[in-house]
Amino acid sequence: MHKRPLSPHLQIYKMPMTAGLMSITHRMTGVFLVLGTLALSYWLMAIAAGVNAYLQAQQLLASVPGLVLLFLWSVALFYHFCNGIRHLFWDTGAGFDLKQGQISGYFVLFMTIFLTCLTWGIAFLGT
Amino acid sequence: MHTPDLRSPIARVHSLGSARSGTEVFVAQRLTAIALIPLIIWFMVSILSLVGADYETVVAWIRAPWVTVFLILLMLILFYHALLGLKEVIQDYVHHEILKTITIVSMQFFVITIALASVLAILRIALGGI
Repeated sequence: MHKRPLSPHLQIYKMPMTAGLMSITHRMTGVFLVLGTLALSYWLMAIAAGVNAYLQAQQLLASVPGLVLLFLWSVALFYHFCNGIRHLFWDTGAGFDLKQGQISGYFVLFMTIFLTCLTWGIAFLGT
Repeated sequence: MHTPDLRSPIARVHSLGSARSGTEVFVAQRLTAIALIPLIIWFMVSILSLVGADYETVVAWIRAPWVTVFLILLMLILFYHALLGLKEVIQDYVHHEILKTITIVSMQFFVITIALASVLAILRIALGGI
């Protein structure tokens, strides 16, 4: 189990931001989104429990910490969503050279910001 | 033809080398990801249209047959995708073997329980006399 030969680890390589940082961010947003999904479960359970529990849940989500978490979850969701699609393209073998990887990386960042702004713009106009 | 095993007997006892499984996990992670693309778009558009809605409107939305179906699908596939992802993260970062096993098993018990509770909540709203 010990002293097996290992390939050079991550610290050895110098990677552009669109590779290393965006890769670990994909994992971190994924883990963070599980918490968001738990909030969604709580919301559904509150609806099932009746109108009072629902109003309590709505109040909790509309509080300042609730809104901050919802905002962060929306950012994490759009990032993980767009970067996940980027990964699916990679799985087909497409988009692997340096230039394409950087373009798709910046596109993911742009779409994350765009979709977050769009969502919250619509949400605030709707209320 | 007989393929020589390059591992020593002690290495085989320690389960080193290929586990001869894992591809199905890779495929399942991608399939759930693909399924989640339309489900997430549908869910986000729906939630945005429900901003500021009262209780009756939200319940009526969940009770629509296709909404019930898609919500249950969303929760099941989302939690399955989450379970696979969390498992991978734990396997990569928790190095203590016993602790790793305990963490993975507890995580899976927890995720499956919450997934079932979510589906039950949806069914209670859809079928129950709220």
